[in-house]
Amino acid sequence: MSTVYFPLFRLLALVACMALGPLAASAQNGPLRIEIIDGVIEPLPFAVPDFVPENGAAGEYAQNIARVIAADLAGTGLFREIPREAHIARVTSFDSTIGYEDWKAINAQAVITGAVQVSGDRIVVKFRLFDVFSGQQLGEGLQFAGTPQSWRRMAHKVADAAYARITGEGGYFDSRVVFVSESGPKNQRLKRLAVMDYDGANVQYLTDSSSIVLGPRFSPNGDRILYTSYASGFPRITLMDVGSLRTQTLAEQDGTMTFAPRFSPDGRRVVFSLERGGNSDLYMLDLGSGGLTQLTNAPSIETAPSFSPDGSQIVFESDRSGTQQLYIMSTGGGEGRRISAGQGRYGTPVWSPRGDLIAFTKQHQGRFHIGVMRTDGSEERLLTASFLDEGPTWAPNGRVLMFTRETSGAGGAAALYSVDISGRNLRQIPTEGAASDPAWSPLLP
Amino acid sequence: MSLLPKAFLLVAALGLAACNNPDRFGAGGAGAGGAGGAGSGFIDTTGLGDPNDPTSIAHFNQRVGDRVLFPVDQHTLTAEGRSTLQGQAQWLNANSSYAVIIEGHADEQGTRDYNLSLGSRRAAAVQNFLISQGVSAGRMRTISYGKERPIEVCSTEACYSKNRRAVTVLSVGVGS
Repeated sequence: MSTVYFPLFRLLALVACMALGPLAASAQNGPLRIEIIDGVIEPLPFAVPDFVPENGAAGEYAQNIARVIAADLAGTGLFREIPREAHIARVTSFDSTIGYEDWKAINAQAVITGAVQVSGDRIVVKFRLFDVFSGQQLGEGLQFAGTPQSWRRMAHKVADAAYARITGEGGYFDSRVVFVSESGPKNQRLKRLAVMDYDGANVQYLTDSSSIVLGPRFSPNGDRILYTSYASGFPRITLMDVGSLRTQTLAEQDGTMTFAPRFSPDGRRVVFSLERGGNSDLYMLDLGSGGLTQLTNAPSIETAPSFSPDGSQIVFESDRSGTQQLYIMSTGGGEGRRISAGQGRYGTPVWSPRGDLIAFTKQHQGRFHIGVMRTDGSEERLLTASFLDEGPTWAPNGRVLMFTRETSGAGGAAALYSVDISGRNLRQIPTEGAASDPAWSPLLP
Repeated sequence: MSLLPKAFLLVAALGLAACNNPDRFGAGGAGAGGAGGAGSGFIDTTGLGDPNDPTSIAHFNQRVGDRVLFPVDQHTLTAEGRSTLQGQAQWLNANSSYAVIIEGHADEQGTRDYNLSLGSRRAAAVQNFLISQGVSAGRMRTISYGKERPIEVCSTEACYSKNRRAVTVLSVGVGS
């Protein structure tokens, strides 16, 4: 069996910000797993020559798939693509050995080769990953098959596999993001739900813009979406089946507003805010039985709940202390314990899929920040700063956050950005128009 | 009398304000300061009338004052706000055929969920005050738009102070 360790790492100079063992000092001498910690200084140079088209219909896909793989890896900020023009070697057959010396000469440390076959409505994509400096293949070759329309997903799957083998962490490229697509002037904004690939491709609209929609969230397996809709005339949490686009209003009670819904990790329950008489508290709805449980009972604002990955706890925001702060309580409800301790207001907490961090929005001295802290509130780090940043959502591997950034003034508009949890690699996600309230799906099957 | 056609234009422009609202509140939104665009479906037109007619919606909106403003991150009524609401209560008590939707709004300095809650607090503060002045609770409903429907679009306090508001929007013909 091939190893999943990559023996090259002088180049990933690691600054251990979280507790970490010995760094990559002995990298040249033997296999060493890359550990991605904060402060990666030098991205790993890699090459993805165009995949080999194994029949006539595969030509266009072979080139495009290589481009998407390269964009995925380079987009993490952890890798740097060596452009095709610099390549010396030509890969003309998937099964021929690769010329390590040619790749070494241009300092490509990792090389991904592949081939594509298209016949009718079936596309087959194969790839291999090579560690150039140790002169060996890294992991076994893999093959993905599907419809030609899903070629981008194939590319994302190749990139996910390469990312996982090199970093030892799960990938996040073959995933979707549900968000709110915005148009129209600031005082009459039109909003509609849309989903796209994590990189902004393949946008599909799920609703029209006839009523305000806010804060969509994927179910744990991506088959359903929860959001807040004004379709009834009042804000109501709504459940949409992604396949049929059928919607259902949940926990509807006259004279109340319901909002800020989020699924439990098993997808069977929904935690959300219910407002009555101006007071917002947290409730749990069992989707199977329809049973409703009140989790908090205070005159303060309790909202923006998010489950821990094991489903045992809920992080939320409350202004019971006088300003917005973050609290954690058991899933059964109760007082909760405050975890945020710094200056300013803290909101929209989201538990990392790894369970180790809480991402949040912070307001301080007229600026907005996206930040992370440990679940006990320690080691708070602010990753961004702007006029208005809010609403982080985690990539499936807990490594990257996507959020809304809105510009100021009459022409102000919202856009989606992502940032690595090290605070590096801030990027705008390309969307057709203005966009807000992103929520990342799990990795697709 | 040039106000009248203007008023109708306003209604046409903002006519979505209360459409598709549940039950009796579906009868027609007529608030000049309403958020609008909340529902979907048909457009519902209501005459605002002449502001010189003290029983007209135009009179309520312009002379009585259909809105109160709030300080940053607050939902406590100001002295000026209470005075406006006393006028609203008198008007509503004298014109009992109107139902009311109270819209609560926040400026953009806040996260979306929190601002929805804050808007609902503002709307509830107005509702409670009107109840204390004898307006029947059954005539009123509240809705929060959070920061979704600013009326002023700049990003300075001059605009923010007008966006932190609760607007009393009249619905026709369904009071009790």
